[in-house]
Amino acid sequence: MELQGKAHKFGNDVNTDYIISGKYKFKTLDMQELAKHVMEDLDPNFYQKINRGDFIVAGTNFGCGSSREQAPLAIKHANIGAVLAKSFARIFYRNAINTGLPVVECNTDLIDSGDELHVDLAEGVIKNKTKGTEIPIKPLPQVMIKILNDGGLASHFKKYGGFNFDQEG
Amino acid sequence: MKTTTEERGINLGQTIIEKILSAHSNKHVQANEIVVADVDFIMGQDGTSPLAIRAFQEMGGSDVFDPNRVALVIDHSAPSPNEGVSALHKLMREFARAKGVRLYDIGEGVCHQLVPESGMVGPGSLVIGADSHTCTYGALNAFSTGVGSTDLAGGLISGKMWFKVPETIKFVCHGRLPAGVYAKDLILYLIGDVTADGATYMAAEYTGEAIAALSMEGRFTVANMAVEMGAKAGLMEADEKTFAWLARYTDRKFSPVVPDADAHYALVKEYDVSKLEPQVAKPHRVDNVCPVTDVVGTPVQQAVIGTCTNGRLEDLAVAAKILAGRKVHPDVRLIVAPASRRIYLEAIDLGVLQELIKAGAAVVTPGCGPCVGTHNGIPSDGENVISTANRNFKGRMGNSNANIYLASPATVAASALTGKITDPREYIKENI
Repeated sequence: MELQGKAHKFGNDVNTDYIISGKYKFKTLDMQELAKHVMEDLDPNFYQKINRGDFIVAGTNFGCGSSREQAPLAIKHANIGAVLAKSFARIFYRNAINTGLPVVECNTDLIDSGDELHVDLAEGVIKNKTKGTEIPIKPLPQVMIKILNDGGLASHFKKYGGFNFDQEG
Repeated sequence: MKTTTEERGINLGQTIIEKILSAHSNKHVQANEIVVADVDFIMGQDGTSPLAIRAFQEMGGSDVFDPNRVALVIDHSAPSPNEGVSALHKLMREFARAKGVRLYDIGEGVCHQLVPESGMVGPGSLVIGADSHTCTYGALNAFSTGVGSTDLAGGLISGKMWFKVPETIKFVCHGRLPAGVYAKDLILYLIGDVTADGATYMAAEYTGEAIAALSMEGRFTVANMAVEMGAKAGLMEADEKTFAWLARYTDRKFSPVVPDADAHYALVKEYDVSKLEPQVAKPHRVDNVCPVTDVVGTPVQQAVIGTCTNGRLEDLAVAAKILAGRKVHPDVRLIVAPASRRIYLEAIDLGVLQELIKAGAAVVTPGCGPCVGTHNGIPSDGENVISTANRNFKGRMGNSNANIYLASPATVAASALTGKITDPREYIKENI
């Protein structure tokens, strides 16, 4: 999978309340509606700034806090192509893969807001076109690659009727 | 797949979580292995279940794996504050009826109190819940962890879940907590020390004299906040207190899980808590922790006692002890939410709620509302709130222009009394 877009930089410990506030997420299953409020408490105009395929770029522990799957879904429905961070909180990380939002662990110190990025998930590399640098991607666990390749956990279940990881075979 | 078992040899000792995951996947596993494990119990709440029901349908689910091992809880917005929420609650009720699973409706309490009270979870259990504070049941020597809605749907269909076996950090807490210092102060202190991502992808094991001396209520408080350091679980060993607590709710027999003497820990942290002061987490991070003495005098306009962290009988009782015969400061709204209907009734029987109400508390329906900003006490711009909850993120309580301080029920009650953050040791000379 290859992705192209502009970086929107955030700090460390971006929690799921910042990604999508509880005051919105409890009311509806309309993710398009939730998407309008993505990252609102950190940047009230963030949704307007997104061009399709842009990246959220953050520091450590992205997605900490609640287990709300509305967080990766709101990001995905806001047309963000992927989230790049130094590290992710574990529930968010699982939820992102399960719902088909690419999450990329890498050294985001090498990226500034506004940088044009080309992310090649298969090759495991990010090209920072603005800075002319390359940043390696920490590979996903095999199980997660399998789920992503199946199109998310729901599709994986539809395909196999349950969990089917043959990495041991 | 390359595993640490191969690297370290198959007969090395195991941590609590390695043992529970081994028992539920029928093989001897150690940290970093991937397992598909059997799940003993599954829980969803009203913020996460509606999406899980949608994923269940997308996956082609028909029946849940075992209706007796599933609970859906309406607690995050209970009773419903608007028609959008009402529609989602209706969806949950219809799903629960169709699948024959237990639904705890409004007023019954907070999921993390109701699941332990159900008697379905105990030492050695493996539980998933679509709520990040599912780690609470680690206090019962269970491996319980939060998952998202799609994972929950997979669990509902298959009765299984995949896990990466986590490494474990051991927290050894020596000494006894001094008067006026509680389980909440202890866990805030630990989080402040290791920070919000200090245990990411890992399990916490809490042990030592201070943990053994805690009541079960206190242990739930400590286990509850494991996720605030990024942990997948926060586990304790079972003892006589655990079994006495469980015996109130079930005749079911559980097998306690003890870590091996030669278990491998990623990190062992040792603390002497005998001189610990009351702690406060300042806005807007749970790991922004300081002794209460650093923030004494900060004005507060709202005080909240409740939530899955500190809404238990012991918490309400300590607040009542401070507030009995006194009045909450006229500039402060005190909101009290018992963690369950059972606790609500016990607190009435003991006269605890009467004391709180006479002091000026507004008692709201058992549930999560004030903590998660759905209803029941959204602060105004520029206001300071002191709360017994587990999160103080900007906007968490529904207004991003308010500030949230986290503290023990004693500190919150003392602060409600004076209208400013107050050291509870002024009111508590010996622990109750």
